[in-house]
Formats: sequence, structure tokens, C-alpha cells
Amino acid sequence: MTAPVQQFKRQAEVLTHDLRHREIIQTALGKYAVVRDKNRGAFQDYQSARQAAAETKWEAINHLDKHLEQLVSKLEARGTKVHWASTGDQAREIIQKILREKKARSIIKSKAMTSEEIHLNHALEEEGFEVVESDLGEFIVQLKKETPYHIVFPAMHLTRGEIRDLFNKELAANATDNPEELTMVARRVMRQKYITADIGFTGANFAIAETGMISITENEGNARLTAALPKTMITLVGIEKVLPRLEDLALFLPMLATSGTGQPLTCYNTMYSGPRQPGEPDGPEEWHVVLLDNRRSELLADPEQRDALHCIRCGACLNVCPIFRNVGGHTYGTTYSGPIGSVITPHLRGLDEWKHLSYSSSLCGACTETCPVKIDLAHHLLQNRRNSVQKKSSPAWKLGFELMNFVFKRPGFYEFVAPLGRAAQKLHPMIAGKAFDPAFPWTKTRSAPKIAKQTFKEWWRERG
Amino acid sequence: MSEREKILGRIRDALVVKAPFPGNHGHDSRGGSSVVPPSSRAGEWLPRVDDSPDGQLAAFATNCVDLKADFFLLNSADEVKAQLQKLAAADGWKKIATHSGVLTDSIVPSLNLTTLRADAGYDVHEMESCDAGITECDALIAQTGSVLVTNRSCGGRALSVLPPHHVVLARRDQLLRDLPAAFQLLKRKYAGNYPSMISFVTGPSRTGDIERILVLGAHGPKRLTIFVF
Ligand code: SF4
Repeated sequence: MTAPVQQFKRQAEVLTHDLRHREIIQTALGKYAVVRDKNRGAFQDYQSARQAAAETKWEAINHLDKHLEQLVSKLEARGTKVHWASTGDQAREIIQKILREKKARSIIKSKAMTSEEIHLNHALEEEGFEVVESDLGEFIVQLKKETPYHIVFPAMHLTRGEIRDLFNKELAANATDNPEELTMVARRVMRQKYITADIGFTGANFAIAETGMISITENEGNARLTAALPKTMITLVGIEKVLPRLEDLALFLPMLATSGTGQPLTCYNTMYSGPRQPGEPDGPEEWHVVLLDNRRSELLADPEQRDALHCIRCGACLNVCPIFRNVGGHTYGTTYSGPIGSVITPHLRGLDEWKHLSYSSSLCGACTETCPVKIDLAHHLLQNRRNSVQKKSSPAWKLGFELMNFVFKRPGFYEFVAPLGRAAQKLHPMIAGKAFDPAFPWTKTRSAPKIAKQTFKEWWRERG
Repeated sequence: MSEREKILGRIRDALVVKAPFPGNHGHDSRGGSSVVPPSSRAGEWLPRVDDSPDGQLAAFATNCVDLKADFFLLNSADEVKAQLQKLAAADGWKKIATHSGVLTDSIVPSLNLTTLRADAGYDVHEMESCDAGITECDALIAQTGSVLVTNRSCGGRALSVLPPHHVVLARRDQLLRDLPAAFQLLKRKYAGNYPSMISFVTGPSRTGDIERILVLGAHGPKRLTIFVF
């Protein structure tokens, strides 16, 4: 067993029994589900919108080279500096180089999962830069020295009491657990940071090829300020973020909002097409856009699962996933958790180490059904399972399936062993749930399914 | 070979094999792009909006209520001035920030307050200490209750987010039906020379990051007031 699978099992065991954790998650996601359903319901034809979004992303991804070239030439035409990074290491180096050249000391960041993916904060802090996350949820987990719990709701697992204690300890805030008061504490801290930061750092939700724009979706206004005040702006973009046309946003902005937070539209949806232009009163003097591959092109090379690159990181599949809701976001040990994380992590970080995630699924299909861009998540989990078995399967696994194959192919033999199985199962309760039960991994938390009293053939014969 | 060429090369190699068309669980291998850009029909699928101007105004007003933005539908510039003065007095404004524009120039001076002109270049600390940022807009969107601003027409990037209260002055004929109409407007108005920042502002700044409980004024304005005449 490899380390990630052990840690997954250990933490899942703890959290599935943690009633407090379950309550926090169910309450938060319950609220989300109500608004999501209301606002999806407000669409005249949500399913057609979904299909169109899927087709638009299909077009974007299946002509990715063309779209990226278009995007980059448009961005550069307005004075934006574009950098290409094949790996996380390269992206970090590019960013560190910019910071050094600018003699920067402090960086204000708005939410960017790509930066989590390349462990940027850690690298920058090691080098002595001050890095401040400005999104409230991200700020909270940063203070707590944790990774985001969820790609859209980073601090979903914490109660207001815990956040109060954190703020009082780390910021000497002396606050109560009133969410408004806590938010204002963060607002005050951050205001000063915006004004003094040398660098504003953002992620991207969409990259518009046609017009050379980066579109950023947020509720708090922190990305707006990040892109307005510091003198230098850096944006880290996964290469899969492209959309072909500007007007595609008319569809994608509401789709992202309803699936992401349940809102009809998020508070600020902003398109940036360059640094401060002549005649404009403010904005960064320099804008660096870093395009990140980091094995996305490998996922692209798998036509069966290429559509996983359509993902707009709305988090909807996490929210409906019975596994995510029970084991929680940190248990995955990955940047992207939930169904989409289970699908793409084996591609981005290696199948052998991360295949267990594709087994941590009930295959209920809730993820496929909710995905606003129709990614076939449940099937991709199955494909990952198939791929991992094809690559390497354990002898016990093989033996089990060969035995089953042997028995099921021979009706006479099957009729002979079925009563034996029934008889043996009568004795099973004596050992069920005990450590020496061969079915222990199953029976320690569940009762074993019963073998039917009759085979189908027996029943048919009896019926006459 | 540069990283750019390497990445583009990997992409081209990967795309040699076609991927199935979406929505058929991998069973449709039709290639090529679709003839009609699919999102061009978004208007048919997004939430319905009334055809009449009055219906659209009503929809905008309802959305403002949901978004906790204050919306005033008035009949003349004088009425706007009067309302704005009331607001300034009630909230005790001492200093405001704005930009030059047809509506702002004719209305904001009537407040007789210390005024920072964002489009003339400004000091951040000074703008931060303003009680309100008063801007025009490029459009209002009935479908979503959004205000469309750009840094070119609304005094830069910070004016509409840095002060604690964002006030928008708009004409009735700036109200658009839906998001597709807003993008058409942007293309008509700016194609080839877009402002470097274009933003749909939908309600005052908010967060739900603490127990998914709504709090207004996370980093941007706590209040958004929209005057239409
Ligand atoms: S896979 Fe689909 S549902 Fe999941 S985060 Fe991505 S876009 Fe959203």
C-alpha cells in the first residue's frame, strides 16, 4: 500500500464517524442545494444550456492549440507578458523571477487553485516573501496553515466559533463569533495589505481566445482590488481555461454561478485584457500571464477522458458526492477533491499512487448528472479502475475473478456450489466483523449480502 | 525549443485522435466543430425576461431586492440630485470620489462635497477614505440585476470597489434585456479596442465563507445604490 491510500483510509475512517463534521457539511451543502435548485429552475431550458456549455468547451479543448495561440497574440498585443510553463516547477521559477526583478516583498493573492496545485505559497514564503490570501475562506485556511477544504468553499469545515478563536489568536482581534464581525476583521486587515502590496496575484476562471481576456469570477471584490492597486499583476492560468468567444461568457458566467455557489450570477465577473493602457487612471503597470500545462496535455492525449479538461471548477460534483460529503475534502490529500479530483489526479500525479480515489465512489452518477459541462465523471472513475487493473492487478484480485469466472461459466457446478455457499453463510455470523473474517474489510462496517434461498433456475423449475 | 513550442507540440500530438462529442457518454465520435456556435443561442435558455421595457425595469428592481442593492427609479436629474443629497445627509458623507462623465458632471457637483476625481489620477489612501464612489455605467442588465462597468467609462478599476458605498447613475435607455445583449453591446461599442477591465457588478460585495452565512461588504462596497432616470 502506498502512502496516499493509507492516509485516505485513515482519515476517512475518522471523519465518517465525526458527527460534528457531518453536521457542518450537511448544513452548508443543504443551504447550497436549495439556492442551486431554485436558480437552475429559473432557466428556461437548463438542459439545453448544459449541452451547449459542453459543446462550447469541447470546441475550445479540441482546438486548444489554435485557441491558445489566439489568446496569447491578443494578450501580447496589449502589452501583457505571457509565459509558458510545462511544469509546476517552471511556473514557480517564472513567478519567483518576476518577484525578484521587481524587488517585491509582499504579494496579495486572490483565489487560485492553480497556485495550490503548484504549492506556490510555500515556495514564496520559504524565500522570504510575504504572501496574503485575500479571499476570506482562503485567508482563514491560510491562517490555520491548512489547504483549502473545497475548491469553492475553502473554509466550509470550520464553525464561526473556530474562526473567532483563530482570529483572536492570530490577529489579536478580540471578536465575537458573529460572521459579520469576523468578516469585518478580515476586511480591515486586508485593506492595508492591498495598499502596500507590491504584487497582485490572481487565478482565472476563463480565458477568452477571441479577445484575449482573462475572466475572473468572485463575490468579495478581492480580485477586483488585487487587479487594481498593486503595480504588478501576475495571473496563473491552466491551459484548459480557454473559451473561444467573448459572448460564450453569457452562458458560462451564469452556469458557473448556479453550479458553484447556487447564485444566479456571482457578484463580480470581470474581464481583463491588459495592464493599464494609455489614458487609463489606474491598474498595474505590468501584467504577467503564466500559462500552466502541468500534465494537462497528458490528459488531453486520452480522448476517452479528454472532457475532464472541460471542467470549470464549479465544485458542484463535490457538493453532491456521497463520498465527499462523508469523508470531507482534506481526506483526498489532493488539490482537487471530490469526483473531478478522483478523475484527474491519477492523470496529473500518477495512476499507481492515486487509483484508490477512483474506487472511493458509489458510482451513483450524481456527479455526472450535476456537472454543468456534462463531464462523464462516473464513467471516468470506472475507466480509471479499468486502467489500473490492466496495468497491475493483485494476485488475490485476479484469483477472485478467475474463480468467479470459472463458477459462473459452468451452470452445473454453480448449482452444486450454491447450496454450499448458503450453508457456509449460516456460519458466517460467528466470525462476521471479526479481524480474521476473510470478508472483514466489508463486514467491519456492513452486513454481508445474503445469498438467495433459491437459484433462479430452481425457482423456475418449482413454478412448473 | 521554447516551452511555448513544447506545450503546443504536445497539444497537437494529443489532438490527433478525436474525442467523442459531448452528451452521449462517449458514443458519438462525430468530429469537427459544430456549425452554429452553441452559446450564441444562450438567450433562449437563460432565465426568461419580459419583452416590454416596463417589464424589464420591474425585473431589474426585483433582482435588486434579492441582491440587497438599493434601486431608485426617478423621473429627472433633479430628482436624482435630491435623492442623492438625502442619502449623503443621512449617511453623513464628507468626501466622495467620482469621475468625469455626462451624468456625473451634471449631478455630483450639487452635493457640494469634497470630491476626488479618480480619472485624473489619485492617491489610494485618499480614495480609501472616501465615503462613496459615484460612477456611471455602460449598461444595466434586467435579467440579473447587474451593472456593467469598465475602467474607461467608470473612472478606472478601483473607484467602483474601493469606497464602502458604490453609487451608480444611469439612464433608463441603458437598461438591457439580458447577458447576451450586454456582450453584444460590448462588441459594438469597443470591438478592437476594449477597456482593459470590464466588470459585471451584481449587488454589493458579499461572502458566505463563514458557515455559508451571507455577509455584505467582504472586500468591496457594503452598499450598492443605483439611480435610474
Ligand atoms: S467536473 Fe463538472 S461539476 Fe465537477 S467541478 Fe468540474 S465543472 Fe463542476
